[in-house]
Amino acid sequence: MPDTKRELISRLQKNILQWEGYKQPPPGMRELMGLGSVEAAFPNGVFPLGAVHELVCGNTEQATACGGFVTGLLAVLMQNGGACLWIGLSGNLFPSALKAFGVEPDRVIFITLSKDKDVLWVMEEALKCAGLAAVIGELKEMDFKQSRRLQLAVEQSQVTGFVLRNESDKMGSTACAARWQIKPLPGEPVDGLPGLGFPRWQVELLKVRNGQPGKWIVEWSDGKFTPVEKRILEQQKLLVG
Amino acid sequence: MQKRFVVIWFRHLTTDWLTLRRPELKDVPFVFAAPERNRIIITASNPTAEVQGVYRGMAAADAKAITTNLQVLDHIPGKEAKLLRQLGLWCIRYTPIVAIDLPDGLVLDISGCTHLWNGERGYLKEIVNKLRASGYDARAAIADTIGAAWAVARFGKTSPIINNGTQAQALMGLPPIALRLEPLVLEKLHKLGFSTIKSFMQIPRSVLRRRFGEGFLLRLAQALGLEDEIIEPLIPPVPYAERLPCMEPVRTAKAIEIAIQKLLEGLCARLQAEGKGVRKATLKCYRIDGKMVQAGISTNRGSHSVSHLFKLFELQVSKIEPALGIELFLLEAPKVEDVDAPQEKLWAGNPGLQDTALAELLDRIATKVGPERIRRYLPAEHYWPERSIKPAVSLSEIPLTKWRTDRPRPLRLLRRPERVEVMALLPDYPPKVFTYRGKRHIVEKADGPERIEREWWRDKGEHRDYYAVEDSNGGRYWLFRSGHYDAAPEWYLHGFFA
Repeated sequence: MPDTKRELISRLQKNILQWEGYKQPPPGMRELMGLGSVEAAFPNGVFPLGAVHELVCGNTEQATACGGFVTGLLAVLMQNGGACLWIGLSGNLFPSALKAFGVEPDRVIFITLSKDKDVLWVMEEALKCAGLAAVIGELKEMDFKQSRRLQLAVEQSQVTGFVLRNESDKMGSTACAARWQIKPLPGEPVDGLPGLGFPRWQVELLKVRNGQPGKWIVEWSDGKFTPVEKRILEQQKLLVG
Repeated sequence: MQKRFVVIWFRHLTTDWLTLRRPELKDVPFVFAAPERNRIIITASNPTAEVQGVYRGMAAADAKAITTNLQVLDHIPGKEAKLLRQLGLWCIRYTPIVAIDLPDGLVLDISGCTHLWNGERGYLKEIVNKLRASGYDARAAIADTIGAAWAVARFGKTSPIINNGTQAQALMGLPPIALRLEPLVLEKLHKLGFSTIKSFMQIPRSVLRRRFGEGFLLRLAQALGLEDEIIEPLIPPVPYAERLPCMEPVRTAKAIEIAIQKLLEGLCARLQAEGKGVRKATLKCYRIDGKMVQAGISTNRGSHSVSHLFKLFELQVSKIEPALGIELFLLEAPKVEDVDAPQEKLWAGNPGLQDTALAELLDRIATKVGPERIRRYLPAEHYWPERSIKPAVSLSEIPLTKWRTDRPRPLRLLRRPERVEVMALLPDYPPKVFTYRGKRHIVEKADGPERIEREWWRDKGEHRDYYAVEDSNGGRYWLFRSGHYDAAPEWYLHGFFA
């Protein structure tokens, strides 16, 4: 009886997810971020809000790509007039560019600090504040205990947090919901015209709690995320049609 | 409450000071003198000189002719103000409101202070005796108005205490100079034969105004108490303050926290009743070793929430060094503002930046890491990238112009552009290869140039030609060439695109 067994196992898995706090989402929550198949990798196929996401970046180019990707997510999170806090060590983020990713730059509060410790303190305080749409922290090192503190803060307030880890030396396990890596990819020319195309990234989920890690190519065009395979498929369909 | 004032007159302010510093001058006639219109005029003379007939305003040459052993010293500009300030600060032990009355007097607002010295007589005696004992020849008077007290202190012949409402009688017999009038008006009064205040007090105001002007009437009315006079206190009183003396000196952090809590409860109850909120507050801790330590907080918007303000002070408790113990806590709120009562919303939208919780969060962060690290930006109408944003003044400031999206702008902008080595195929072409921090990047695609001119009315220098380029790994950069393409153009990397 393999069928009944499979059914039993899937039911048990669902139960476990429920006990861990993952509720069956309302229908509108699917494809919330417009990330398509990326979102399907998460439990229940829903991008986890009210959790801490960790993004690792190896150099400035990757850190910038991470910034762009997170800003794209923020655009959705800040849709209904929320504010967000961007806590960083470098302070070289250029507010004008956020508008291109659909975020009102004047609704973002920038905090520039000099130490990881301060970033973590400010981030924890901020994540406890339920009125915020999101909190982004750029830092170097974070251990399990510190990530746990952030996670606990988030569970109370349901604020979404993003930790951008820049040039970290060690990659221990953390209590974050997901670990991402965003790398810039060469863009495709638009309609065969010269010049730069739309920003294109290789989005990789290194770790997902209760989900499927994977690798995707995502582009930012027309003010939203566009998974690239999907578009290529569409184009092919058009050609065939 | 009926206002009462003390005016103290120092008859020999600067000379007394010099006598204190150089006791050998006590019995020597000496004067201070300063040049005025090509003559050396005496600005102050000591009592010994005055006995011999040397007064202020005399020419120094005449004075030397009168007395044989007169010492003429250089007048020290600004000395009176300095001395009066010191004496005024000393007088704060008698009343919190002390003002300087240049060139030789102090004004004390003593309303409600005298009962501590058994009435006004004891109070006045105490001040004058203490001042005289310390070597200053002081005369003082108490009256309902500053003008009357001033007149009686300088020209009064009977009692220095003018009872409530009797200043008119007290002024009757005094000369017009007691009203603090201008020399021109005094001269006119003298010519017309008005030798006492009594002689013109009853004359209708319109007649007096026509002859002596508005200033004269104001001085008369101020002396009689018909017009209010405003003084500028040496130490401006803080309207919102709470004190907490301790029975035993306090040393532990917990005890300091309890003290803060108590002070805040008192202060916030009052603020709430008046619809105000704290923007800035200072906790002053007076220690038993005579030193004072203080901790300050500031908020983004007025708050009278005990729990929030306590949290802000809690972050500062570790900075308060109690040493042997603190015996007095003083909580002052020098800056308060009106707060609107929070209105319950029927449909709760996301309050965004106007959220009280967010303002409180930022207060806590500012207290911990410093307010200069928190920034919010608004668009500024400049093309020059560094000037195209400006920091917002407050959370409620909204952008006056739209954010521009018509030109590509990098997500990360370097604070100062960094030099790169570049190879370009042709003049005015985007670079083919560039080396940034020792790493070679081969440029695959490029956009540009976008020329941004310097604002010539602000600074001089070369314009910039910006190119957005993408290297073979997909990294996207913002490069610019400074100035025109000539023999050795300088190239810089200014930012990273997402």
